Amino acid sequence: MQAAATTHAMTLPQRLKDAFSVAFIALLLGIPMIGLTTTDEGGTALKVLTRWPALALFVAICFVGRLALQVVREALARRRARRPAKAPAQAGSSRLLTVIGWAGVGAALLVPVAFSDNRYAVDLATTVLIYVMLGWGLNVVVGLAGLLDLGYVAFYAVGAYTYALLSTQLGWSFWQALPVAGGVAAFFGVILGYPTLRLRGDYLAIVTLGFGEIIRLILVNWTSFSGGPNGISEIPRPGLFGYNFTPPGSEHSIADLLQIDYSPMQRLFFLYYLILALALLTNLFVRGMRKLPTGRAWEAVREDEIACKALGINTTHIKLAAFAIGAMLGGFAGVFFAARQGFISPESFTFSESAIILAIVVLGGMGSQMGVVLASLVLVLLPELGRDFAQYRMLLFGAAMVLIMVWRPGGILAHRAPTLVYTGPKGDQA
Amino acid sequence: MMLQLSGLNAHYGHVHALCGVDLAVQGGEIVTLIGANGAGKSTLMMSIFGVPRASSGRILFEGEDITQLPTHQISHRGIALVPEGRRIYPRMTVLENLQMGTAKADPTNFQTDLDRMEALFPILADRRDQRAGTLSGGEQQMLAIARALMSRPKLLMLDEPSLGLAPLYIKKIFQIIRELKRDFGMTVLLVEQNANHALKVADRAYVLQHGRIVLSGTGAELLASPEVRAAYLDGGGGH
Repeated sequence: MQAAATTHAMTLPQRLKDAFSVAFIALLLGIPMIGLTTTDEGGTALKVLTRWPALALFVAICFVGRLALQVVREALARRRARRPAKAPAQAGSSRLLTVIGWAGVGAALLVPVAFSDNRYAVDLATTVLIYVMLGWGLNVVVGLAGLLDLGYVAFYAVGAYTYALLSTQLGWSFWQALPVAGGVAAFFGVILGYPTLRLRGDYLAIVTLGFGEIIRLILVNWTSFSGGPNGISEIPRPGLFGYNFTPPGSEHSIADLLQIDYSPMQRLFFLYYLILALALLTNLFVRGMRKLPTGRAWEAVREDEIACKALGINTTHIKLAAFAIGAMLGGFAGVFFAARQGFISPESFTFSESAIILAIVVLGGMGSQMGVVLASLVLVLLPELGRDFAQYRMLLFGAAMVLIMVWRPGGILAHRAPTLVYTGPKGDQA
Repeated sequence: MMLQLSGLNAHYGHVHALCGVDLAVQGGEIVTLIGANGAGKSTLMMSIFGVPRASSGRILFEGEDITQLPTHQISHRGIALVPEGRRIYPRMTVLENLQMGTAKADPTNFQTDLDRMEALFPILADRRDQRAGTLSGGEQQMLAIARALMSRPKLLMLDEPSLGLAPLYIKKIFQIIRELKRDFGMTVLLVEQNANHALKVADRAYVLQHGRIVLSGTGAELLASPEVRAAYLDGGGGH
């Protein structure tokens, strides 16, 4: 019943035998699980009832399902065999990705227009974009430099708390705090990076996991500094050139300035476009970095660190740069998060956030920018769309992740665009 | 003297891997280091690069003491290493691999150096945009050598370049080593298990045993030496 058996076309008796054996196992498993059920008879008595028709149906479904699965698998195997063995034309798929990328940006710009009266949709799209930005940031560390980081949420938290404290304590505005918070997060990135320079893989993962927890525990316990479990509230919302999205009549209201009717949706749209702009800038920044010597060396360090040393690449600087830049981008996302929520607490920065961001990078395809977008859409929208399934929601979520990994073990988009393309002897080699 | 090791000791944990090694390489010559598995050949190469750091002794390169320099600085002095097992970047293209060799080189030289390498290794021009991991073992070795040469080194160190290659490619690799010396005046320090081939291309050679230099001489001398023949050429550890 292994996959290997189904790669060759099976004869009908073989198929039936295979399906029968599956049905038999289903029957054995089904007798206690489906065939028998208990009902409460009142008091302490339990009565065992039998459900043979349901069991028969279950076994029949397994039998037919197995037959159908064989057919589908064989069709897939045949199609795979027919596909030419040589690698697909890289240029073609790169161009296609570019087109899809621009279409995605266009669609993202139109979201508030299309959902102008749907608060929920715009909010959800904003959440997706936060995860896209976090994914692009973590992609630098995990996807490009190959440094497995399980504590990325720490930098998100550092960014969020830096803005929250600067704004509530010192009255800094969003735009003043943004670069500072990015710098603070980058500093924490170096603090994490320095002691872990010699670690790789699982060992690095454990240390980063611990780092993420340390930051969260500090935030929980250092009450006088961070507000402890109560968090920080009344964080100012971001404004635009000193004007705020507040009702008319209040100080510096954009509605008054532009002489337009006030609607609470305006602030939502502004937040949406703000995170869209931040995310796109992140993307351009990372794209640009990949073409610079440091960014190129990230991938080289991921591929083979010893070779890098032999070629005179300073792997210490390269890894610290990856940690610092990844952390900075996470910090920016954190600032936006704090400004959007208006309230933050350590609850928002648990390990499960790190795990989701990492899942976005891995499912999307390590190092793939477009993959991060697709994976964010899947991982954020799926649990939302799945709300109708009530308690089966997370089951659905898990099943989707397993399916993606089975279907595309290298991530949704495993394609890697070369950073350097030959342009001929006289051409520009940048 | 281009490279001079004197009294070099190195340890891996408690293992004394190199015991007072003295070795010299002059500009423009091919020096070979032969020895059995585990004799410390690769350790000697790597300790020149500071991994592991020499626990005592001195490494001079063009008269400068490089014993304590950081690894990347040693490389920037003009030493390039082709590590054992090739260690190309499999998911990057051939062109990108070559570019990684130019970490500190002048970027305006890139095209000239690329043309030079593609003339020396025509196969790399054909495979330019292919992922390096899809190359055959011999092609990967060519790429590894070309990548190291992209930094315009004064001294090229090759660690077991013929390891695991088909006989045709082994011949080709040694042919290239000869050409590098003849056409570019390259200085080469070569570590090999394939003693027969290595001694034939070498001007001078050292035999390393349990971390000590036990024999040295010209390539021809060692090739004729009964001890070397017995240990590394006629059966024994040789191929």
